[in-house]
Amino acid sequence: MSLTRAQVEAIAHLARLEITEAQMPVYVDSLSRIIDFVEHLSAADTSGVEPMAHPLSDQVQRLRVDEVTEADQHEKYQQNAPAVAAGLYLVPKVIE
Amino acid sequence: MSLHTLTVAELAAGLRARRFSSLDLTLHFLGRIERLAPQLNAFVTVTADRALADARAADEQLARGEGGPLTGVPIAHKDIFCTDGILTTCASKMLSNFVAPYDATVVERWRAAGTVLLGKTNMDEFAMGSSNETSFYGPVRNPWDPLRVPGGSSGGSAAAVSACLAPAASGTDTGGSIRQPAALTSLTGLKPTYGRVSRYGMIAFASSLDQGGVLTRSAEDAALLLKLMAGFDRRDSTSVDVPVPDYVAELVRPLAGLRVGVIREFFDKGLEPGVGTLVQDAIEALRLQGATVREVSLPALPLSVPTYYVVAPAECSSNLSRFDGVRFGHRCESPRDLLDLYKRSRGEGFGDEVKRRIMTGTYVLSAGYYDAYYLKAQKVRQLIAADFERAFRDVDVVIGPTAPTPAFELGAKTSDPITMYLNDIYTIGANLAGLPAISIPCGFVNEGGRDLPVGMQLVGPHFSESRLLSVSHQYQRITEWHRRVPPGYA
Repeated sequence: MSLTRAQVEAIAHLARLEITEAQMPVYVDSLSRIIDFVEHLSAADTSGVEPMAHPLSDQVQRLRVDEVTEADQHEKYQQNAPAVAAGLYLVPKVIE
Repeated sequence: MSLHTLTVAELAAGLRARRFSSLDLTLHFLGRIERLAPQLNAFVTVTADRALADARAADEQLARGEGGPLTGVPIAHKDIFCTDGILTTCASKMLSNFVAPYDATVVERWRAAGTVLLGKTNMDEFAMGSSNETSFYGPVRNPWDPLRVPGGSSGGSAAAVSACLAPAASGTDTGGSIRQPAALTSLTGLKPTYGRVSRYGMIAFASSLDQGGVLTRSAEDAALLLKLMAGFDRRDSTSVDVPVPDYVAELVRPLAGLRVGVIREFFDKGLEPGVGTLVQDAIEALRLQGATVREVSLPALPLSVPTYYVVAPAECSSNLSRFDGVRFGHRCESPRDLLDLYKRSRGEGFGDEVKRRIMTGTYVLSAGYYDAYYLKAQKVRQLIAADFERAFRDVDVVIGPTAPTPAFELGAKTSDPITMYLNDIYTIGANLAGLPAISIPCGFVNEGGRDLPVGMQLVGPHFSESRLLSVSHQYQRITEWHRRVPPGYA
């Protein structure tokens, strides 16, 4: 196993994913296999190679004038929200 | 004449000539969907009311001699494309209640061309899979053999078009998700150049690899539909501002003079011999029509799968952080606090494969591992792109199989993620290098008394869609593979 249970628990926490007790060994196993598999890359000679930043080498990020282009549609968008009041998204109390 | 086996081009011509109405056509397809879609599990949502309204409007336009190039032609969209006012699930529990508040650019453009929306097709959850078995709505079955997978992740689109439940459907391709299902169901599947088709409203998986495209019955249909969906869109920051050629007009370009490169690394020990023979036969057919054929070597290509399984999960872990149980999507019951809300909403809302990829991505991006995995993969990606670039100095297109085997049985590869990942060994390279690629039918192998489709893949330089489509079209003029319909669906 290239990953320990503690490592997988830490990853799950960073990723904000609850993993059930029953599923944890399955993830330790499969994630270890994936990490072992991608280890193959370490054998490739990449000295002097620049990491790819964009699949089309001549592309640059476009800029635009900083002006409002979107209409306010928050009521429509918030129809998909689990809990809303007065145009605000509701979450459990964050500060006691 | 059975309407459902006609191509988009034939249907559009028939509608313009008023040989049949859009309403008749739409009712015909809706009837087939009602009868045949459940056994395949090809659709997540059938938009019958919307389709009938679209069809009536199309008929009125046609009666007035108005309308666009595809007015009245029914189509289906992969359920990864946002459709205003219609459920858009990405085949995930996370989005099982999500009604998109706007149209994706692809949806908007096909609609502006006059198409009629039949429904939203099933897929692997968040497009993560090669067999359409990770869907929250259950696996899709292959119309050529119901015990086998249709490929993935655009498996519902593939099954729907292959079974003649829709004349064409959209798909997305991050590592082969259009081409591999097209190969496994005997369709034409085109993944355009990265940036050619807008990603706006296409739910993101891996943003540097994702590209929208089409699954059709012919290269001509792919040309027609690509022309209508491609082009610059300011709402997608990686959309490329390059003019869209007339792909349909360029289909007539002959094969004579075409320089074909056969990818040595694709005819490896992992390739099923029957598949390899059919692809070689197809290459020979191109040669007899005047193409010159030589072997090319892409030595870094065997590293494409491990490269992909660093880059794609890394980008997915970032993209899928937006699903937080706060603004849209699934929320757990009675969260204790905000952390509990995040963790349980995501833990419950995502399926196993999606969670596996988010965690893989989180790991390879985490402190101390970033250089060893992510940066290393982006360097190997450069080597893979350079291999293609070198090959394209001497040849116009490179050719090989689309998938190492024909469709496999449901459940055959679900126990080990690596076995499943290796299905995409021939398709991932084009995504890593941002290149356009197409899969076209090139024959059948018989397994267990059933004919199973085999696809051949062509990859070209950036923005060479015209050439890929014309080569495919010329091949389809001399072959009949793409005209075959699965038994029981004719």
